[in-house]
Amino acid sequence: MSEASYDHVPGDTLVAEEGESSGLLVYTIGLALAVLLTATSFWVANTSLLWAPGVALGLAVLAIAQMGVHLVFFLHITSGPDNTNNVLALAFGILIVFLVVAGSLWIMADLNTSMMPAMDMPMHH
Amino acid sequence: MNIAVEIRDVAPEALAEVRPTATEGGTAPKRIVVGYGFWIFLLSDIVMFAALFAAYAVLVRATAGGPAGPQLFNQVSVAIETACLLASSYTCGLMSLAVNSRRRGAFYLAAVVTFVLGAAFLFLELREFAGMIARGATPQSSAFLSAFFTLVGCHGLHVTVGLIWLVVMMAQVAVKSFRASVVRRLLCFSLFWHALDIIWVALFTVVYLMGIRA
Repeated sequence: MSEASYDHVPGDTLVAEEGESSGLLVYTIGLALAVLLTATSFWVANTSLLWAPGVALGLAVLAIAQMGVHLVFFLHITSGPDNTNNVLALAFGILIVFLVVAGSLWIMADLNTSMMPAMDMPMHH
Repeated sequence: MNIAVEIRDVAPEALAEVRPTATEGGTAPKRIVVGYGFWIFLLSDIVMFAALFAAYAVLVRATAGGPAGPQLFNQVSVAIETACLLASSYTCGLMSLAVNSRRRGAFYLAAVVTFVLGAAFLFLELREFAGMIARGATPQSSAFLSAFFTLVGCHGLHVTVGLIWLVVMMAQVAVKSFRASVVRRLLCFSLFWHALDIIWVALFTVVYLMGIRA
């Protein structure tokens, strides 16, 4: 039983084959990508060059991309076999987040549309 | 007959020898167990934030005739807050590298820079809150503002806790040096700090950038 057969800890930089300089490089690449994505997000939100109805979706895509960058370069989540537990836990977390956010928005939007005629009722009678 | 029994006794062990897994070596080292457990905690924290995000998204138009996002949010301030938190996430990474190579000086430097950037973020956020409340946009004035202060305030509270934790960790390194338990806590702290930055990415996109367009 070698040390390598154990799981990898999220955020752990203590990997034998990785030297100090490569660790620094990983964080620096992550920072550069994150800065690029953040700057793009702020530009997209303020420019009038883009098709307005698509801006919200574009911002969502940029945010999800940046969260991915943070996960890979700062939290060191990889697709390796020593990372399976971390990725599975993350996938479950994402599932719950999606269900809570999308489910709430869906139900509340549905309720709002159902409420509209009821609010008009006193006007008709 | 005797031999057959013996073979049956030995067989499962021999089979297990073929594929050496982590379970073979007994419990994983404490660093891995602690890190994984903290990862699960962070994910549950993110699920809690998802509920606050859902509440905000549902209530964002419920302004009760009061001020809405475009009148309240100052993008320059948000951009500086974002830069501070992102830079502090980077210096937190440098701090982890310093911890792993057991360099005290680099650790203190990175920890102090991380603390100062985090404190700058918190100062800007509190100034923004104070400005909004001074203009009458209090948490009580509309459902939108209740949801806003809950969501952003909860993140701010996490940053505050992180700053206190960081000071405690600097004190622990000063007193106990880099012993195994301290290094494990530093791993958890860096996970916590990076996760806060991930939540902030969702937050500045959903609340501020989408908010100024609405």
